[in-house]
Amino acid sequence: MYGLGILKGLGITLKHFFMTYVDDIKWLGKRYYTREGIAHRMSADVEGIFTVQYPEEKLPVPEEFRFVPFLLYEEKEGGEVEERCTSCGICAKVCPPQCIWIVRTNDPETGRPIPAPAEFYIDVDICMNCGFCAEYCPFDAIKMDHDYELSVYNRHDKNIFDKEKLMKPVSYYAEIRPTNYQREETARAEAEAAKAARKAAKG
Amino acid sequence: MSEQTLILDSMDLTGRFPGAVVRDERKGYEGYIVDPAALIDFATYLRDEAGYDYLSSVTGVDYLPEGKMEVVYHACKTTGGKPLVFKAQTPRDQSVVPSLVPVYPGAELQEREAWDLLGIRFEGHPDLRRILMWEGFNGHPLRKDWREPYYEEENKPFKSRWPEGRVWRAEDKNPFGKNVEYPAGFDPESWVPDNDSALYAALGMVNSDNQDDDLKTDQMVVNLGPQHPSTHGVFRMVVRLEGETIVELKPVMGYLHRNHEQIGERNTFLQNMPFTDRLDYFSSMSNNFGYALAVEKLMGVKPPERAEYLRVIMAELTRISNHVSAIGFLLNDLGAYFTPVLYAFKERELILDIFEAVSGSRMMCNYFRFGGVARDLPAGIYEKIHSLVFDRLPRKIDELDAFLTNNEIIRSRCEGVGVVTAEQAIALSTCGPVLRASGVPYDLRRADPYSIYDRFEFDVAVRYHGDVYDRYLIRMDEIRSSLRILQQAVRELPEGPIQEGKPQYQVRVPAGESYGRVEGPKGELGFYVVSTGKPNPWRYHVRAPSFINLTALAPMANGNKIADSVIILGSIDIVLGETDR
Repeated sequence: MYGLGILKGLGITLKHFFMTYVDDIKWLGKRYYTREGIAHRMSADVEGIFTVQYPEEKLPVPEEFRFVPFLLYEEKEGGEVEERCTSCGICAKVCPPQCIWIVRTNDPETGRPIPAPAEFYIDVDICMNCGFCAEYCPFDAIKMDHDYELSVYNRHDKNIFDKEKLMKPVSYYAEIRPTNYQREETARAEAEAAKAARKAAKG
Repeated sequence: MSEQTLILDSMDLTGRFPGAVVRDERKGYEGYIVDPAALIDFATYLRDEAGYDYLSSVTGVDYLPEGKMEVVYHACKTTGGKPLVFKAQTPRDQSVVPSLVPVYPGAELQEREAWDLLGIRFEGHPDLRRILMWEGFNGHPLRKDWREPYYEEENKPFKSRWPEGRVWRAEDKNPFGKNVEYPAGFDPESWVPDNDSALYAALGMVNSDNQDDDLKTDQMVVNLGPQHPSTHGVFRMVVRLEGETIVELKPVMGYLHRNHEQIGERNTFLQNMPFTDRLDYFSSMSNNFGYALAVEKLMGVKPPERAEYLRVIMAELTRISNHVSAIGFLLNDLGAYFTPVLYAFKERELILDIFEAVSGSRMMCNYFRFGGVARDLPAGIYEKIHSLVFDRLPRKIDELDAFLTNNEIIRSRCEGVGVVTAEQAIALSTCGPVLRASGVPYDLRRADPYSIYDRFEFDVAVRYHGDVYDRYLIRMDEIRSSLRILQQAVRELPEGPIQEGKPQYQVRVPAGESYGRVEGPKGELGFYVVSTGKPNPWRYHVRAPSFINLTALAPMANGNKIADSVIILGSIDIVLGETDR
C-alpha cells in the first residue's frame, strides 16, 4: 500500500517522542541536572532525548581527554615549588604546529645551560591539542589539561600562555588523570629502586 | 582475472615499448618510467589489454636537485591486486606531459590539481584551469622553490622555538593585506572577481535562443554555493540550465584549501599524523590508518597483533559513524529536516565517546603511530564497544532501516536519480560507496587486503543501479558488514603490546617511495610518500576520495533537475576538509 513506509517511519518518530517521557517518568525528575542522569543519557541504554543542557549541564570528560598542555610542578614542604621541566626542548621539537617556545636558562657565571626553563610559552591559538608534547616528554613535565573553556574576549593579548599561567601542581594532575599518574609514579619508583640497587651492588 | 591478463601480468612491459618504457631502478622505487611521448599508448595498452582499467591516483613530484618534474600514476585492476606505478618525467622549467583524460577520464580533476599546485602542463586536457587556488595566486605552491609569505625554515622543527624561544605571533610578522603576491601582469584592482568568464566559457555558455521550441528560452547559469547549506561546507556548483534541467555542471572548490601537502612536507613524518585528522574530519581514524600504512611500508615495521586489531576496530567504528551521519545528511538534503540526522548523531555520539576515551579527542583522534597505536583501551571501554557492536548498533541500524528505506517520498526522489553506470564509474575513478553502488564490487579490504582484513569474514556490499537510492542503500549494507567485522575483531582481540619497539618522536624512514591506501568510509584513501632519508618527507600527497569522486558529479547531474543536484552531491558524501586539503 502506498504510504505504508511513511507511516512506519512516523511510528518510529512517535516512539522516540514517547520514550523521552517514559524515561522522564522512570527517572522521576532525576534524568536532568544530575550526575547519574547525564551518565544515563551518555550510555548505550538511553532511549528518547539525549541532549545535554550546556552550560548548566556538562558532560564529564574521560581521563584521556586532551586539551591545551600545562606544566607540572612539585610542591615541596614549606611552600617551595620545583618545576619538573628541564627545558630539554623535546616538546618544542615534536610539536606539529610549532606553538611551544622555550628560553633556556644559562648559569650567570659559567654561561652554561642549566636544566630549567627561563621562559616557556604556548601559543594557544596555534595549539592543535594533538598531545605529542605530553606523550614524548621524558620527564612527565608537560601534560594535557581537561579545562576546555578557554574563550576570551581578546585573543591577541590573552592567548599566549606564559610559564606562570601554564604551571599547575602535580596534585592537580593526579586528580584529573589518576590512572596515568599512578602508572607513572610506579614506573618512577621502580626506576629509582633499580638505580639504588645498582649503586648498592657497585658500592 | 582472465588467463590473458595473467599472462600479460608476467609479460615484460619494457619489451613491448622498447626504449620508451624502462623500469624504475632508483633505490626504494618501483614501477616504470614512461617516455611522455609514449604515455598515451602505454596507458591505452594498460587499460585495454593489461586489465588496468582503473586509474587510482595522479600526482606530481618536484625533484628540484635533478631539475625534473615527475608525474606519478597508480593504475589498478577493478578485479583486485596491487597498483601498477608508472611515471613520466619532464624538465622542471618546461614541464609538459600529455593528458591522460582521453584514456582515463578520472584523471580530470587530479591533473588540474597537479597543474595548479606543481605547474605541470597537461597537453590535451579539456579544461586545464586552476582548481584549488584562485587566478590571482602567484606560482605553484608545491614546487620546492615556492615559499609561503611568512617563510621561516625549510623544515620543522624551527630553530627559533628552542633554546632561544622569544615568542612572537605569526600574525605580527605576516600582517594581513601585506602577505599577498600576485603573478606578473595581474592587477587585483582591475580584476573583476566573479564574472568567471573562463569558467562560463568552459561551460559552453551560449546565449542563443532555443529555436526548437515554440517558447523562446535562454539557457541560464545558476551558482549553487559556495555558501549554501546543501553543499556540506564551502563548495560551489555552477550549473547551466535548460528550464529546470541541468545541461552542464562544473564543480568549483578550493575555498578551504590550506596547502595541506606543503605543510606536510615541512613537517616531520610523525608531525603529519595529527594533520591527517583534519582531512576528512568525520573519519580521522581512517586517515591515520592510511598514513601509518604508507610510512610503515617505507620503514618496514609491522604493528603487533593487538595494535592491528585495535586499528581495525577503530577504522570500522569510524566507517559506521561516517555512514550513519552521511545517511542523516542525505535525508537533510532531501528535506527531512533534522530528525534523521539527530537519530544518526545519537549513534555517532556513542562511537565518538569511545574515541574520546581511547584517543583523547572525539574527532581529531591522532591515535595511530608508526608500528602501533598511541595507547591501549582504558578500563571499561572494551565492554562499551562490546555492548555497542553486539547489541545497540545492530538494533538501531534496523530501526534506521525501518525508518527510512521504504519511505515512499525517499524512494520517489532517489530512485533513478543521478545514475552513473559501472563503466562510467570505473572510467571516472570513483571509489568507495559510489563505485560499489554502480555494480563494481571493488573494496580494498578485499581487493588489496591491508592490515589484517584478510582474516575477517564479510561481504563486499554491492548494488547495481548506480542511483542515489542505491548509494543510500549501500551505506546501510556497509554498516552491517562493518558490524560483522567488528563482532569478529572484538571477539578475537588478543592481549599483548600495542607498539612495536619503543615509541619514538624521530623516526628513521629510508629513502624511497610508498603508496599506502585504505578503504576509507568515502572510498580509496591513499597516501603517496617520498622519503629522501631525511626526517621530513620530500613529497606527501593525499589521494582524497571526496575530491576524486567529484569527477563524477557532472556526469551524474547532467539531465537531472536542478533540485536533485543537491541530493546527488549529498549521495557522493564529500567532506570539504579532504576535497580542498
